Amino acid sequence: MAVLEVLQYPDPRLKQVSVPVTVFDAGLRVFLADLEATMRAGPGSVGIAAPQVNQFIRIALVDVSSKPNIPQHGCLRLINPEIVLRAGEVKGREGCMSVPDFTGTVLRAQSLHVRHQDADGQWHEFDCEGYEARAVQHEIDHLDGLLFLDRVVSTRHDLFRRKL
Amino acid sequence: MLTVVGTDRPGIVAKLTEALLRGGCNLGEASMVRLGGNFSIMLMVEGAGAAALEQLVRPVTDALGLRLHLDPIQGELHQHIEPNVQVTVYGADRPGIVAQATAALATAGFNILDLNTDVAGTAERPIYIMLIDGYVADGMAAVERVIAPLRVAGIEVRVTALDTMIG
Repeated sequence: MAVLEVLQYPDPRLKQVSVPVTVFDAGLRVFLADLEATMRAGPGSVGIAAPQVNQFIRIALVDVSSKPNIPQHGCLRLINPEIVLRAGEVKGREGCMSVPDFTGTVLRAQSLHVRHQDADGQWHEFDCEGYEARAVQHEIDHLDGLLFLDRVVSTRHDLFRRKL
Repeated sequence: MLTVVGTDRPGIVAKLTEALLRGGCNLGEASMVRLGGNFSIMLMVEGAGAAALEQLVRPVTDALGLRLHLDPIQGELHQHIEPNVQVTVYGADRPGIVAQATAALATAGFNILDLNTDVAGTAERPIYIMLIDGYVADGMAAVERVIAPLRVAGIEVRVTALDTMIG
């Protein structure tokens, strides 16, 4: 396993859209292991996406198991992930290994139904919510060339926001 | 630190920052907001001494009828503290809400990083709303303890842990 170099904005490659994974071989497994090692090497990081390490293929890892008392699925290795359903809306703070020294408030869906392939190409589906769902959305955004900076909202705005 | 305050109108930021750009200044962190019909700017500026900066900016603020204040500061970028607790306070508007709430938070060692307040409701029955992001080493429990007396005093206080998702 190797810890890979993480691209940092304003590197324009982070805005690139990634392509689906079509080959499910030993090389893919090696890359998944390296990607996981890179995620775990980032301080406090609970997710990573392939384009963050200069591989523009649709792979996202999420592991929020370090956070106590939240619904979670352990280490998720999402290949060609698709958000099939999203429900609710919730605010939360996000940061990113590719955007050092900035955190911001982002609106995300509260719960998701996700479809994805595994390292053998088999399709799976699962539901997630809350913090884990936030991480999944953040990582899938990377696959579409989106950073949380594209979704940051003003916290001051909260004071004025009214739901009629 | 450049502070500008005055009656709000479109174009204040554009004219001010154009002058700073022309003077070769770099801008750092800033907070700019309209408060009660006034526009207020607090802006870290680098690249010119106080005197040169004043020469640069004074014509703009005079032309726009804004008050200008300049303070030399020791300030550096990339010194962010990540908030770990958010406190929401609201209640029927009356004197003392901010003083009482922040005094309580201070006893818990709560460091205020961002504080916004507003007066909502109607002119007859105003409500006061305050949203605070801060850092406290001892976490939520310490904050809950010190704000409990406020609730008895008729102020609604909600304490939420902020856990930043790093992806």
